[in-house]
Amino acid sequence: MTYNFMREFADSWGLLAMALFFLGCVAFALRPGSRRQAERAAHIPLKDD
Amino acid sequence: MKFGTEIVLLSLFAFAALVAAGFGVDEPFRRHMWVLFFAVAGFTAILLRNTEFKPTVPIDPAAYMDGPIRYGAIATVFWGVVGMLVGVVIALQLAYPDLNIQPWFNFGRLRPLHTSGVVFAFGGNALICTSLYVVQRTCRARLFGGDLGWFVFWGYQLFIVMAATGYLLGITESREYAEPEWYVDLWLTIVWVAYLILFLGTILKRKEPHIYVANWFYLAFIVTIAMLHVINNLSMPVSFLGSKSYSAFSGVQDALTQWWYGHNAVGFFLTAGFLGMMYYFVPKQANRPVYSYRLSIIHFWALIFLYIWAGPHHLHYTALPDWAQTLGMVFSIMLWMPSWGGMINGLMTLSGAWDKLRTDPIIRMMVMAIAFYGMSTFEGPMMSIKAVNSLSHYTDWTIGHVHSGALGWVGMISFGAIYFMVPKLWNRDRLYSLRLVNWHFWLATLGIVVYAAVMWVSGVMQGLMWREYNEQGFLVYSFAETVAAMHPYYIMRAIGGAMYLSGALIMAWNIAMTILGYRREEDPMPRSIPALQPVRSGARKWA
Repeated sequence: MTYNFMREFADSWGLLAMALFFLGCVAFALRPGSRRQAERAAHIPLKDD
Repeated sequence: MKFGTEIVLLSLFAFAALVAAGFGVDEPFRRHMWVLFFAVAGFTAILLRNTEFKPTVPIDPAAYMDGPIRYGAIATVFWGVVGMLVGVVIALQLAYPDLNIQPWFNFGRLRPLHTSGVVFAFGGNALICTSLYVVQRTCRARLFGGDLGWFVFWGYQLFIVMAATGYLLGITESREYAEPEWYVDLWLTIVWVAYLILFLGTILKRKEPHIYVANWFYLAFIVTIAMLHVINNLSMPVSFLGSKSYSAFSGVQDALTQWWYGHNAVGFFLTAGFLGMMYYFVPKQANRPVYSYRLSIIHFWALIFLYIWAGPHHLHYTALPDWAQTLGMVFSIMLWMPSWGGMINGLMTLSGAWDKLRTDPIIRMMVMAIAFYGMSTFEGPMMSIKAVNSLSHYTDWTIGHVHSGALGWVGMISFGAIYFMVPKLWNRDRLYSLRLVNWHFWLATLGIVVYAAVMWVSGVMQGLMWREYNEQGFLVYSFAETVAAMHPYYIMRAIGGAMYLSGALIMAWNIAMTILGYRREEDPMPRSIPALQPVRSGARKWA
């Protein structure tokens, strides 16, 4: 675990993994059919007090 | 016996503090332990006076646990007024150095009292009490862990008292926004883990299948602050009965650790947590669902992924490697996207209900908060650009930027949440006075405008004076000359702060009267009652 190893990992595989995870989150949020589920979730605070 | 275990444990705690006060190796530590002893012993005495031997009434497991939230709302208002008052005092100290009362009330000791007072005492209490309010109502579950909520509330107040008195006694780690020494840090770690268990436990026993997005933001805030707090405060005490410790890091690594913490305290304490507030209280007050729930999810993940890397922009043109500075700058600029996405999401929640902006001062407060969120998250990335930073860094511009975020976004959204929650928590059908909310709104808004505008002018002037050199290459101004030039702006800044403080005092009055059950007889807000026929043109009616 030298400085150089961590530095190189951070801007190669680490960066790629995090970018893919993030894109996956966005894709999942926008997946087909998520609109109705999101609609329902948005109403959670308004259901009662 | 009511409070039996608590009384025994607290007595032992008070005794330990007494022993530490006796055996402490340095004078500030011994004094600080006396403070701890009297605080804990006094609290134990109050519990002893209130103990009962009657069999306890079983608690309805379906009812929400609102006791710690009521206390938290009061604590929020109280610490808000205290923290802002100290802010006005130190603003005046900068303008009139004679106001520095040595040694306890000089600027160096009061300044962390102000920052911690408003960020952790006011903001922290607002976050803890609203998060517990929101998590119960969106999970439809009572708080987890019995009296854990009470431990979190009182434990956090003890942390505040110890941090504040420590600063005044001259005990400091000198780490920005993390000045308390090692033993206070350890106590906060215990309280924070209890808070995490309380919050997460409530989510786990929820009856609502989906976890509402506000809870995501609150949870991100709690988890990230735990990580930041522990790593930033890794240090070795000189003595376990002394007030001094040394950081585990040194040199530029220490500087980066501090700003990794410092900027993420802004990102996760002052942004993510308060966004949780926005995503619950704005829809509630407007009585409309959030504009786009899917945008709020993307807002969440983008914020989480980007914010954590932005810290190095506090260390431009220092010994920090260039690539790390550039990294901090690039991620700060990318933060524009989630910030503005979130701002649009918050504002558009009102689409179709914009008329409420005229009639409901609480909505107006929340909208102003979101507007300031957008404004300061535009200004921040701009200031992180190296070329801009070379002018703005270390000047009052930074102070102005922080305050447009803190007073505008954090303050206003918290005020809105408090105004929404308090009548509900005490079963009042409305606040004592809506017109006083309107006064608060305008005093606060104008106060921020004065403050931020003055600090822009002062900061840019300061930066330009520092870098001004003549044709022979000599600097034109001495440092003292730049300080003298800022004097009028310091006075105006204190006036802006005093306006904001007076708004908070009005809120304290309004909230106290609401809690006591009074209702001010007053005309409704203008235009809140639909007019029967249009007003004649040329004769505008204001009432």
